[in-house]
Amino acid sequence: MARIEIKDLTKRFGHINAVDDIGLELEKGQIIGLLGPNGSGKTTLIKMMTGLLTPTSGTITINGLEPGVETKKAVAYLPDRNALPDHMDTNKLIALYADFFDDFDSGKARAMAEDLGLDFSQPMKKMSKGTKEKLQLILVMARKADVYLLDEPIGGVDPATRDYILRTIISNYNEEAIVLISTHLIADIEQVLDDVVFIKNGKIVLHKTAEEIREENACSVDELFREVFKC
Amino acid sequence: MEWNFKNGIPIYQQIVDEMTMRIASGSYAPGAKLPSVRDLAMDAGVNPNTMQRALAELERRGLVFSERTSGRFVTKEVAVLRKLHEELARVYFDEFAAKLMKIGMSATEISESIGKWISELPAQKAAE
Repeated sequence: MARIEIKDLTKRFGHINAVDDIGLELEKGQIIGLLGPNGSGKTTLIKMMTGLLTPTSGTITINGLEPGVETKKAVAYLPDRNALPDHMDTNKLIALYADFFDDFDSGKARAMAEDLGLDFSQPMKKMSKGTKEKLQLILVMARKADVYLLDEPIGGVDPATRDYILRTIISNYNEEAIVLISTHLIADIEQVLDDVVFIKNGKIVLHKTAEEIREENACSVDELFREVFKC
Repeated sequence: MEWNFKNGIPIYQQIVDEMTMRIASGSYAPGAKLPSVRDLAMDAGVNPNTMQRALAELERRGLVFSERTSGRFVTKEVAVLRKLHEELARVYFDEFAAKLMKIGMSATEISESIGKWISELPAQKAAE
């Protein structure tokens, strides 16, 4: 029974509000796109949900709890850059995750790694950028979490892998979970989204269902994004 | 089977149209069991809630029905399928007629040309 509530949330770095007075409620059973241009505050917002950053002001609760030890059990997080020890190979990282997370399914992780043609004994530091991303995503998606926070999950991978990842997200879909995906590659993912959140200069400028956007504006989410964030 | 989605039209509507076509053409046979929502969603690459909404709409239109425990099936009702066929044929005809009129053909010309063109179709197709 996942639920995220964010109230009056601000994160200030120096004199810049990276996240500026955001309010947001996310319900279970949804795949949500957190969409915004570079530097709009996506990663800062997600990091506050994970507890890696503390808010300057305002609150976040996940299942009624502030981010901390308890929420980490329920949240599977894919960071925007690699945070895993890169001397380890796929075998070792799967074992590491199995140690760390009660909800981790090693069999599922292995099956996905095989599907994507990973070499189980290659250390992470020798992997290509795309392969590293695949492995990190596999580890996150093999958890049976309440909340998935995926920060730019498809940035560096080829289109065939992108399809595989999207299918993985769909097949993993569960009515009790929330999947939050941040990206600026909207055309690739918009078909799998329930809800769309546009973020600009740390503020939420739109929160609607993807289907509402298509119906009301007679355009795709990608086209609306290009219009809203026109440079 | 390929799914292609256009921009600017709700995806559930496009799924409804595509599935209607598959049912009308018999590629989903009368009475056939449909794949699960999740499998259909994966196949089409869409959100499972969107697929669910499309199937609910098809159900409302009487083209599919669900059985509590065993899943969703294509209707077996001949009358429903025949009506669907007629409606689709009419939509296609109207589109086709509108295009011909747009290039300046009159109703008589269209009618005469259709007679001529049908006789020129490959023999097997025309006999069907």
